[in-house]
Amino acid sequence: MNFEFSSDQMLLRDQARKFLENEESVKKAREVLEGDQTHDESLWRSVVEMGWTATTIPEEFDGLGLGYLELCVIAEELGRSLAPTPFSSSVYLATEALINQGSKEQHQKYLPKLAAGEIVGTLAHTETTNSPSPENLNCELSNNKLNGIKIAVTDGDVANFAVVSAKEGDKVVLGLVDLASKGVEITSQNTLDPSRSHASIKFKDADAEILGSSQDGWVALQEILDHAAVLFAFEQLGGAEACMDMAKEYAMGRFAFGRPIASFQAIKHKIADMYIAVELARSNCYFGAWALSTNAPELATAAATARVSASKAFHECSKENIQTHGGMGFTWEFDCHLYYRRCRQLAANIGSQAVWKNKLISSLERANQI
Amino acid sequence: MDFNDTPEETKFRKEASDWLSANAKLKDDEEAGNYPGMGEDDALTLAKKWAAKLYDSGWACLHWPKEYGGRGSTPIERVIWGQEASKYRIPGGFFEIGQGMAGPVLMMYANEEQKKRYLPPMAKGEEVWCQLFSEPGAGSDLAGLKTKSVLEGDTWTINGQKIWTSGAHYSDYGILVTRSDSSAQKHKGLTYFFLDMKSPGVEVRPIKQISGGANFNEVYFTDVKIPDEQRLGSVGDGWKVALTTLMNERLAVGDASGPDFQEAFNLACSHDLNGDLAIKDGSVRDKLADWYCQSSGLKYTKYRNISALSRGETPGPQASITKIVSGNKLQEIANFGMDIMDAAGIVRPESADAEQTMYQMGFFGAAGIRIAGGTDEILRNIISEQVLGLPQDMRADKGIPFNEIPSSNKK
Repeated sequence: MNFEFSSDQMLLRDQARKFLENEESVKKAREVLEGDQTHDESLWRSVVEMGWTATTIPEEFDGLGLGYLELCVIAEELGRSLAPTPFSSSVYLATEALINQGSKEQHQKYLPKLAAGEIVGTLAHTETTNSPSPENLNCELSNNKLNGIKIAVTDGDVANFAVVSAKEGDKVVLGLVDLASKGVEITSQNTLDPSRSHASIKFKDADAEILGSSQDGWVALQEILDHAAVLFAFEQLGGAEACMDMAKEYAMGRFAFGRPIASFQAIKHKIADMYIAVELARSNCYFGAWALSTNAPELATAAATARVSASKAFHECSKENIQTHGGMGFTWEFDCHLYYRRCRQLAANIGSQAVWKNKLISSLERANQI
Repeated sequence: MDFNDTPEETKFRKEASDWLSANAKLKDDEEAGNYPGMGEDDALTLAKKWAAKLYDSGWACLHWPKEYGGRGSTPIERVIWGQEASKYRIPGGFFEIGQGMAGPVLMMYANEEQKKRYLPPMAKGEEVWCQLFSEPGAGSDLAGLKTKSVLEGDTWTINGQKIWTSGAHYSDYGILVTRSDSSAQKHKGLTYFFLDMKSPGVEVRPIKQISGGANFNEVYFTDVKIPDEQRLGSVGDGWKVALTTLMNERLAVGDASGPDFQEAFNLACSHDLNGDLAIKDGSVRDKLADWYCQSSGLKYTKYRNISALSRGETPGPQASITKIVSGNKLQEIANFGMDIMDAAGIVRPESADAEQTMYQMGFFGAAGIRIAGGTDEILRNIISEQVLGLPQDMRADKGIPFNEIPSSNKK
């Protein structure tokens, strides 16, 4: 059995970690959070130069043609370092949507530019405070014209194009829209995690083409989300582990009652519980990575398991990290809140915990019927 | 990343599976018989027969050297054997303490003559061993034990009481930790022995558990004589020997057995709740999803550990998360299962294969699993200290002679 990343992949993970530390990614996340930028352009350029945006894009479209396992280890490090770039929107969502659902022409048109970081894509799905469903989508696409409003679109004010869920009659379809085109109105939105930019996008008779054949856009969307869920889970895993490490380091150095607080069982057991959550999430993420890299029939189950498990671990670790830091953890100055915010952003961006738990049980119901 | 065996592992797996299929019945084979419903005497007879068969065919004690009756296998081969054997209905539950804990300690500390005398019958299942460690006043804090040993000439005299001794009533031999010097510091006055359980002065009394069963015993020692040659390790070095034993215990303790995600899922798919199938209920789905993630997380954590073994590495104490997670999960699933059956869930059924049975067994079993072989709390200490490197708790018993340390009876 070889249920572990290869030594090359582990080397890539170490390189990515060092690179992001040298780039002071966490510090840059704070600068974006406190400033007016949508993201850190210099970090984004460095990430592009490293070739990470090209990881899974086939060589014929100027990509590196590497597997998903390489992308997973990169995602873990981006999550650990809170990298304030549009990487996840452009790579896990838009690039993956195009590779897996796009037509030949669409591959030609978008993939080489995505690989080179010349353009950024994203997914626009949320419309209201109701969890999206085929029944409640209001955006409409007919005769290649898109109308409606999407909100909370991550990197909506950075991206050049978006994959947009919409109704065409009774059918759900996925549209590809150039966000610079006429009839598109983008308004930046403030969120709980300003280290990542968000926007609402209004479409008024905007030009749109259908992504691939989109026989059933809702099914296609679920496949896109399953792929993305594994990659986001690795970001969540990296974030969770960073919180555990922060809590540990602080507890070792902080003294109370004449001893390091890390010697109190109340703190030790809290950190042990973080470790348990992180290990379970890591193992589930690895299974997700395996299913993604082999396109296994278990992918839907594995992706939901990785997502639910990693969301839970990040939630547990980011909140208990603040608790371990005591009053200092509640200050703006300490980085604990950056992770607490990012945890909530990642937990919400492709559907809530309740949605993914339901997806998990539904996939197991299907598997048990066969 | 893959789940495939190496060529050597494939070969070994086939060898193991061929032997098992020729000698045992698969779990779902109806002719295999209902082993768990069997009485203890019959079960022990059956288990001894099976152990002898393993021994005669060279499949006993995979991790032991061949000269003492083992197979001399690698750790990964032991894992593969376990995977294959788990598909079959195999009698067991009597030899783990001997073969898993006492055996390795004898190998390290006994003389050659003793190894040749005691190890092969242990491997063959002819002689059963038990572990006499915990005491009424020394559980998690094992080094607080008080059973007294005094040396006169070449013979030790033992007085005191042990508790939670699994299988003492059918065991032939036992491993025993005692206090030989109560004026020394706590961890320095202990001495370790093995003894014949039929020695005069050894009295075994069963303990009735919350489940109604009695797998454990109290064992009383009244002027029990042990020859000095049955001492393992030096006088006063018993703690070191005990730690070796406990390390093997933690490797041996695995998943909590009982209903898991799949059973709970099947139950929810077949029982009504609020006028529809329980599986349609959002709160049921929420719980099931959590348990699935825990089971899956443990399964793939195990695979990661096996991969480390396969590469020739030693997996660390990371494995200690298994018992915490599976014990607590079992307790929740047991409650859930009975809850789904509504008021009928608590009715004690007549037959052992009734749908309530496994949940009721889990209800009591989980409460025990969370304590046995390291409580949840001790395991969290182990994780935080040995895996994460956090400092030990401040102690009130360090550097003080044992007889001056405050205890439950002496504040």
